[in-house]
Amino acid sequence: MTTTYTGVDATAPAPAGVAAARATDLTKVYGQGETKVVALDHVSVEFRKAEFTAIMGPSGSGKSTLMHCMAGLDTVSGGSALIGGTDLTKLKDKKLTQLRRDRIGFIFQAYNLLPTLNALENITLPLDIAGQKPDKAWLDRVIETVGLSGRLKHRPSELSGGQQQRVAVARALASRPEIIFGDEPTGNLDSRSGAEVLGFLRNSVRELGQTIVMVTHDPVAASYADRVIFLADGRIVDDMFGPTAESVLERMKSLDSRVRTS
Amino acid sequence: MLRTALRNVFAHKARLLMTVLAVLLGVAFVSGTLVFTSTISDAYQKSSEKGFSNVDLALEPSGGKESGRGAPGKQTRLSQATLDKARDLPGASTVTGSVSGFAALAGKDGKLVGEGWQSTGANYYAGPGEKGKDARYPMSEGRAPQRGGEIALDQKTAERTGYKVGDTARLSIDGPVRKDRVVGVFTTDDGNVAAGGTLVLFDTSTAQRLFSAPGQYDQVTLEAAAGTSQAELKSQAQKILPDGAEAVTGKKLASEQSKAIEKSMSGMQTGMLVFAGISLFVGIFIIANTFTMLVTQRTKELALLRAVGASRRQVTRSVLIEALVVGTVAAVAGLAAGVGIGAALRSLMGEIGATVPDGPLVVDSSAVVTSLVTGIVVTVLAAWLPARRAAKIPPVAAMSSVHATATVRSLVVRNSIGALFAAAGTALVLYAATLDSAGEGDLPMGLGAAVLLIGMFVLTPLLSRPVIAAAAPLMRVFGVSGKLARQNSVRNPRRTAATASALMIGLTLITGMTVIAGSVQEAIDKMATQSFKADYTISMANFTPLAPQVEKKLERDGQITASSPMRNSPARVGKEVEYMTGVNGETIGELTDLDFTSGSFDGLTGDKVVVDKKTADSRKWKVGSAFPVVYEDGKKGTLTVSGVYKGNEMLQGMLLDTGTLDPHMERITSMQVMVKTADGASESAKSSLEKALGNNPAILVQDREDLSESIAEIFTLMLNMLYGLLAMAVIVAVLGVVNTLAMSVFERSQEIGMLRAIGLERRGVKRMVRLESLVISLFGGVLGIGLGVFFGWSAGELIASSLPQYSLVVPWERIGLFLALAAAVGMLAALWPARRAAKLNMLAAIKSE
Repeated sequence: MTTTYTGVDATAPAPAGVAAARATDLTKVYGQGETKVVALDHVSVEFRKAEFTAIMGPSGSGKSTLMHCMAGLDTVSGGSALIGGTDLTKLKDKKLTQLRRDRIGFIFQAYNLLPTLNALENITLPLDIAGQKPDKAWLDRVIETVGLSGRLKHRPSELSGGQQQRVAVARALASRPEIIFGDEPTGNLDSRSGAEVLGFLRNSVRELGQTIVMVTHDPVAASYADRVIFLADGRIVDDMFGPTAESVLERMKSLDSRVRTS
Repeated sequence: MLRTALRNVFAHKARLLMTVLAVLLGVAFVSGTLVFTSTISDAYQKSSEKGFSNVDLALEPSGGKESGRGAPGKQTRLSQATLDKARDLPGASTVTGSVSGFAALAGKDGKLVGEGWQSTGANYYAGPGEKGKDARYPMSEGRAPQRGGEIALDQKTAERTGYKVGDTARLSIDGPVRKDRVVGVFTTDDGNVAAGGTLVLFDTSTAQRLFSAPGQYDQVTLEAAAGTSQAELKSQAQKILPDGAEAVTGKKLASEQSKAIEKSMSGMQTGMLVFAGISLFVGIFIIANTFTMLVTQRTKELALLRAVGASRRQVTRSVLIEALVVGTVAAVAGLAAGVGIGAALRSLMGEIGATVPDGPLVVDSSAVVTSLVTGIVVTVLAAWLPARRAAKIPPVAAMSSVHATATVRSLVVRNSIGALFAAAGTALVLYAATLDSAGEGDLPMGLGAAVLLIGMFVLTPLLSRPVIAAAAPLMRVFGVSGKLARQNSVRNPRRTAATASALMIGLTLITGMTVIAGSVQEAIDKMATQSFKADYTISMANFTPLAPQVEKKLERDGQITASSPMRNSPARVGKEVEYMTGVNGETIGELTDLDFTSGSFDGLTGDKVVVDKKTADSRKWKVGSAFPVVYEDGKKGTLTVSGVYKGNEMLQGMLLDTGTLDPHMERITSMQVMVKTADGASESAKSSLEKALGNNPAILVQDREDLSESIAEIFTLMLNMLYGLLAMAVIVAVLGVVNTLAMSVFERSQEIGMLRAIGLERRGVKRMVRLESLVISLFGGVLGIGLGVFFGWSAGELIASSLPQYSLVVPWERIGLFLALAAAVGMLAALWPARRAAKLNMLAAIKSE
């Protein structure tokens, strides 16, 4: 596995989907000269619609950077990142912000809810920012799916960690974005709450046709995904469909040892 | 611990910046005041010393030369005979007689030069036979005035006006215009000239005719012969002194003047220091806020110190050392800035015409020590509570992995105390407002105001929620930014309260003073205009006496239907001296509108007199009461009360016919002349009156509107000065808002990052911060204005007891302006924090630790 992995594995059984997001030759370099660090090294990858993708890799492999660049949170040094047909690298801050607001959903590790807003207000925050009225039927469905019906008037400080993350998931789903990016969404949760949240994410892909890309270092979390992409040293080194916790763990071990010996 | 403290100061440079600035401004204000006043007073001191350098002994009427017109029947002046005797004293070398008075000088443009009260005329004393030189006034150009129609000008005035030797200048002493030829320009050490006044010299006999009487001097000064001490000279002079005059040594004169200068300076100094104190007090809120936040942020670090064995005292001390360093840096910088301010103020005073004598900038050690100590003590005191809180952090806080959140301590105790104070303060103020005289009411009013203000400080966190919630409908207009801004502003009620309080103080004072000044102005205006029916009053520009020629001239003017002078003459009634006002008994009823409780102006001639109610009551007079009187010239007479009226600030005391009073006056002069014209007040009537009086720059012709305007002018000037002084407190409050916002942005960087990630534009973030700032500032503004109006009203109740025309005038326009000012403060303060928030790196903000 020392060859550079480029693009989608043509031999893999691809579902009949179109790309929701795509990276071509994506490069991200931090610093200059002596302190130069290549976080992403000509990465090309495609995330298909209605697919749940996990990005895995050891610390420093560039998995978070890839997600940040694909989500329009970070600038790139080279190549292009597309959401639908829009090239993010060509957008100015204002357009990029609007694109994030209207077309992308986010789930963060630290929940990142506003403590001054109650659960419902947090869920509709992206819609409020856009100045849109929420689609009542859809909102009810989302809230029911994540099981928060009885807690909508609670402040984040009155909710458990799992409940807070479910609010965050509902927030990401509420505006029906084209794609949701999750940054270690279960990182702060105990295993039971984690399993719950991952279940919702998988259900929203299956039932609501949502596209989700999630960064994680937990093989169990990755096993909920349809596809796992492995990163090491800023390059995609493997692409796995229909993962299980065991197969992912196996692959991670080999990557870990490879990183350690290199 | 010292090293930790120092490291912390350097680590938080940026966050301490606002604190340093706040202390710096306060200290600069203090030291600027001290430097300025001591510089000015030093300069005056030196110039007055110079003025007395060739005076060893002065002979003058008892009680100083100003009291020439003191008690009736005791008119003392120094005659030529006294001067001649003084010259024969064995210990005297040079003897100078001087006489002086008001002399208005018109510039080439016909306008009065300088301020009216600094326009002086005096004699050039050329010695016996008019051959000598006057050492006080060395001529730099031309020669000294020798006869009537000749004058000399001081060099500064000559330069200012452009008059040269040979020009003709227009002057006025007590009304009529004089035209005199400038024959000389002189230099002088005269303090009045050094301070920007004008000095016109006449020959001695002309000056005597103008200012006293032929052969009479105001003052005779002696220079001692070599080897004669001032005391010896004094004892020699005692023998030649006429009754009612005294001899004062030069030393004593100098020390008296120096005392007077010090006294007037210390009044000004205290006034300015009060305002410096206010801005320092406002600064305390900022300092306390900053240190509270620094301590909260460093909870873990401080807990770690405790865990590894630092005692509570050591932790407290480390925070206090930080405050000490900050305070010292700020105080030193403030002192330097203050010296600059002091120097700038002096040159500014020169710019606006109020020339002060030249002299070096005086930075004495007391100014340095006071400034430094004030700055350091204020900072350390303000950091005291946060430091104590730091010591209470339990060591276990170092171990907990949970992000340290500010513990929300209950506000119950605080609110109870605040409510108690506010209620007590309000009650006291209300009680004071019902009292009758300002004398009894002052103390409870001041005390109540202070207690209420303290109560409000303590209560502001409680008030912040409902008041800011009331703004919710307005904030909704701004969408999600508005909603978040409103909620953010009440997240930390203590901090919001402290920030808003800083602004509240300034606006309370500004509003209160505006309300009081506006109401008093209105009342005085009413009084001045209502008690007169005259179309015009004519007076000297500086309100010195007016010669009777003026009224004679006016009497000849065809358009005038009625006129009356207002003379002023002291008389003794019983044991006390009362000032009697001489009026034209026939016309006075047409010219004034007085409220008579009994009797009237009818037939005010001969021994008739009308008196105000206050005098009548205190002397138990009624209409028909007769009383003996000793006039100015010492003659005795009897007067009978023919009317009692309600006096006011413009017209009070005893009024009687000029025909009765004039024969007893030493010099017949009027304070003003009231006239009524055939067609009422109009521009043309006014200009024809002015023309009839020879377009005299020294004479003021005012209709009622002019009178209102000149009253308004005084109040506007006073208010503007107060605004200027209070501006410093507002500036410090702005720094406080900047500080709080910067803290909020810093603490909420993660939230802001998230908001940016899920699609809030930079503009939206900026707006959020700006609106938060606006909410906090307006909160402080509303509280301050509300309190200010309340204090204005209650102080007004007290004033109304001695000023019957007083009624509350709420200056809505101004209040609107102050609210706008509070809003502007908010917007201004948000500029930098909003930019910072918008530029925040999203990724750094949302990356989990």
